Amino acid sequence: MAKYRNYVIAQSLEEAYALNQKKSSVIVAGNMWLRMCGLNKQKAIDLSALGLDGIVEMEDAFVVGAMAPLRAMETHEGLNRAFGGAFKKAFAPIVGTQFRNMATVGASVYSRFGFSDVSALLLALNAEVILYKRGAVKLAEYQKEAWDRDIVVQIRIPKGQCAAVQSVRVSATDIPTLVCAASKSDAGMRIVLGARPARAVVVAEGLAPDAPQRVYEEIASQVTFGTNLRASDTYRKKIAPVLMARAVKACQEVAADER
Amino acid sequence: MNVEFTLNGRKIAAEIDADENLYAVLRRLGMYSVKCGCETTNCGLCTVHMNGKAVLSCAVPAARCAGSVITTLEGLQDEAKKLGECLAGEGAEQCGFCAPGMMMNVFALAKENPCATDEEIDAYLAGNLCRCSGYVSQRRAIRKYLAMKIEAAEGEVRA
Ligand SMILES: Cc1cc2nc3c(=O)[nH]c(=O)nc-3n(C[C@H](O)[C@H](O)[C@H](O)COP(=O)(O)OP(=O)(O)OC[C@H]3O[C@@H](n4cnc5c(N)ncnc54)[C@H](O)[C@@H]3O)c2cc1C
Ligand code: FES
Ligand code: FES
Repeated sequence: MAKYRNYVIAQSLEEAYALNQKKSSVIVAGNMWLRMCGLNKQKAIDLSALGLDGIVEMEDAFVVGAMAPLRAMETHEGLNRAFGGAFKKAFAPIVGTQFRNMATVGASVYSRFGFSDVSALLLALNAEVILYKRGAVKLAEYQKEAWDRDIVVQIRIPKGQCAAVQSVRVSATDIPTLVCAASKSDAGMRIVLGARPARAVVVAEGLAPDAPQRVYEEIASQVTFGTNLRASDTYRKKIAPVLMARAVKACQEVAADER
Repeated sequence: MNVEFTLNGRKIAAEIDADENLYAVLRRLGMYSVKCGCETTNCGLCTVHMNGKAVLSCAVPAARCAGSVITTLEGLQDEAKKLGECLAGEGAEQCGFCAPGMMMNVFALAKENPCATDEEIDAYLAGNLCRCSGYVSQRRAIRKYLAMKIEAAEGEVRA
């Protein structure tokens, strides 16, 4: 259970950022993860009054506010139309509806959880993270960085691509044992592996959609997998090529449906 | 700190700690239908409605509730009776511990997708764990409840 002395509902991003520069402060979004962290902080900074929960369709991209709940993305018609239903399918296995009404996309991106379905899909879609101080950063870069005290304001997801996600779970609603997200654009297929159990990474770019199975095996042989309570590195390495092939196939089917 | 919100249709002012969650405040206010099963946002037992959406009260910061509309099972007694009868009729309740949270989520489903298929019912309720029923009888009861609601709505239109 997290402990806070003060709870501040920020009235501006400027205020939230200034308060967050102290190590004794913490940003609160959906509070799903934080509440379990056993933190002891002077100040909790709540972002819920900043109107950061919108999903806006622009000509070339979707811009999603950091406080948008996962469920809002999962049920957003425009997002699912544009990306072949990927958000609906990828987010549905995350715990339950009530959970996804609360957990936010900005916190998922900030946290860079190794097990994240959210980061895996956004990474496959080549999303950009818009930070309050630093501005736009490619998610692929942000994924590699250490946690800092900047605030995720928006996520920008470029249009013109479709995606599909495959995951393996020990049981329904558990965190994934392995996730694979694939996207298809004019530049070819982009494949991401997450829950390795380390942070999600792009493992292939510009891949032909009809690559034979041995190509996925070759890719998997070069990825580092780890062992945790859910599975061993050997198991992950073994199922990774299968998930990759399935994700690419699902992505192809979505692309064909769209045509 | 002090927080004011609407609870089951009544304006409430409550004294809260900065790090308290909504679940603890609701229990203090006598809303004993709201229970805590896991405290790790996994079981769905603490489900209430906040501004019309089903949320897990064990993770809602109480300080965020200022100006919100909160509904618990105590505020939906007529519906609880109807759904409770469906659950009893289908043998879908054994210890009954999971029922308040599950019922609150079924009411959210009924509003969002009244014609839900079995698959949609299962997906919507995936975050409501039940250790006794095996879920099949719950699904039957929920299907019955949704059908009853549709029938009642159609009856109203005809009248
Ligand atoms: C029980 C459980 C099961 C889960 N299962 C899955 C799963 O299967 N798949 C999956 O993808 N995810 C899963 N998650 C993760 C979940 O999807 C969210 O990523 C997580 O809950 C964080 O979102 P939140 O809004 O609750 O953030 P919070 O808990 O409020 O915050 C998390 C962290 O992010 C920081 N933060 C929040 N917002 C910002 C911001 N805008 N800018 C900078 N920092 C910020 C906070 O300070 C904190 O350090 C699970 C989480 C839990 C608790
Ligand atoms: S007590 Fe809140 S989800 Fe279990
Ligand atoms: S009836 Fe016992 S937990 Fe559901």
